[in-house]
Amino acid sequence: MSSDSTPLIETRGLNVRFGGVHATRDVNFTLAEAELRCVIGPNGAGKSTFFKLLTGQVKPTSGHILFRGKDISRMQPHDPGRLGIGIKTQVPSLFNGLSVWENVWLSAQRVNSPQRAKHVTHMTLERVGMLAESAALTGTLAHGQRQWVELAVVLAADPPLILLDEPAAGMSDAEVARTAELILEINRQHALVVVEHDMSFIRMIAKKVTVLHQGQVIREDTPDKIMGDPLVQQIYLGKKPH
Amino acid sequence: MARFATSWKSAAVCIAIGVLTLIFLPTFIDDFTLIEVTIYLVMAILAMSLGFIWGFGGILCFGQAAFFGLGAYTYAITVVNLGDSTLPFLLSIAVPALFAALLGYVIFYGRLSDVYMGVITLTVTLILFNLVNSTAGPAWKIGNAPLGGFNGIPAIPPLNWPGNTEQTITPRGMFNLSLGLVILVYAGLRALIASPVGHVVVAIKENEQRAQLLGYDVRVYKLFVFTLGGGIAGLAGCLFANWGSFTSPTIFGLAQSAQIIIWVIVGGLGTLVGPVVGCMLIQWLTSQIGTQQTFNSNLVLGAILVLFVLLVPKGLVPSIGSLLGRIGSRRPRPQERPGVATHEMLAEEKQA
Repeated sequence: MSSDSTPLIETRGLNVRFGGVHATRDVNFTLAEAELRCVIGPNGAGKSTFFKLLTGQVKPTSGHILFRGKDISRMQPHDPGRLGIGIKTQVPSLFNGLSVWENVWLSAQRVNSPQRAKHVTHMTLERVGMLAESAALTGTLAHGQRQWVELAVVLAADPPLILLDEPAAGMSDAEVARTAELILEINRQHALVVVEHDMSFIRMIAKKVTVLHQGQVIREDTPDKIMGDPLVQQIYLGKKPH
Repeated sequence: MARFATSWKSAAVCIAIGVLTLIFLPTFIDDFTLIEVTIYLVMAILAMSLGFIWGFGGILCFGQAAFFGLGAYTYAITVVNLGDSTLPFLLSIAVPALFAALLGYVIFYGRLSDVYMGVITLTVTLILFNLVNSTAGPAWKIGNAPLGGFNGIPAIPPLNWPGNTEQTITPRGMFNLSLGLVILVYAGLRALIASPVGHVVVAIKENEQRAQLLGYDVRVYKLFVFTLGGGIAGLAGCLFANWGSFTSPTIFGLAQSAQIIIWVIVGGLGTLVGPVVGCMLIQWLTSQIGTQQTFNSNLVLGAILVLFVLLVPKGLVPSIGSLLGRIGSRRPRPQERPGVATHEMLAEEKQA
């Protein structure tokens, strides 16, 4: 049973080892319903592994993942998607041989009636500005367009939690601003965890930032405090703390 | 052309060609040729079964011959025991389908990789070959049906009108039934591919990880495709046992398994017509090469196959399709309408 105080997602002492590599170390992470959290960290900090854990693609070596109080850490890879965890991956992961419409429809039809799925597909494509491209083969689209399609695929299932892995990567300034605007709009109805490197982008959207380093959570605070933190500066810029 | 290949229009054209052939071909050819064409059709059903699970489900099964052989043996054993062919006909589809379901359950729910999939399916086929091959002698009987070891089961009673064992199928009737089933299987699979379930099946082939992330249990869909493919191969096996009134362990052999894959490659992966065309062409070539004595027929066939793979890597049907698309005055654009496209089609669109 979930109550108002039950976090949307919570990890307790999460560990993953790949052979000798300790990719995630005792990660305790809590996200409330409808919260927006940014996760930052240098390359190899364990951000992608963390997302893979939350979406069931990697099983934790130890620890637990709770979604609305329910332990999902040992579930099948398709279960997080069914429960309502959507992910937009760093490199868009789409059905390249299918049309844009079919990509989004496949997401919508799993949670909706056939008639409603068509409506949701239409509305979602309109929302991300890809309706005009709906008949195009997804594999023929430019990188930026593929990002929008993947976002539409995620949104069409209306999941309570959306994970975005570097949503602004490879985008122009105008597209970055549009993405930030869209993320804030999405956050009115969905909780979001956003992995991003671009600090100016993070300032646009984040109220709270979690910093990962070598698989561990080392800081969790507001963007301003995080950016002024000596340890974070040292990790990111190589500056030594005074 | 890519869009045409996936549209209902192409399905209607293919079905119309099939129906016209069913009506008119027997009036043009003699009985001997009709019997030869019948075996081509039986094998075309087998080719379609692999064309479906590999080309649309993304499952490369090296042991489609196992289900084919099981279908033939199930029919032979049950019809010898029961007399009436109605139940044996149904069992020849159900038993291989059930066997495929069990095998598929182990493979897909065990999350075995594609390499293991190939190894397991091939191994199972060869085990069945050795098993059936070693059933010579009077002790090896199921009911009244002796298994016959490497000699196989001869004099298999033909299909009869349901409930009437006196009224058995004629060679002409066998042709009609085989072509009718080719059309039925083709139409059924096209309808399935166009359905929501079919779209999920193709989506899983395109990107299994994304399908999982959307919440689709890919194991269920793969198992369904594999089981259906097994059932269709079993149906072909039943018809094969009827065609020659005979079945032997060689249908479980390595050559048979390889042949089915070659038919699909030559005809074109990602289409249903391709495997039918490839199957018929290779069988015709094999019989033609067999009539000459100058060269070893296997050598000639092998050379032809190598040339095919090098010169027409996409397979006949997709290649002819793209050629016609280029010749056509109006080149269809990918934006025309949504549908299912193969990687080859996608590469083609990118080139354009």
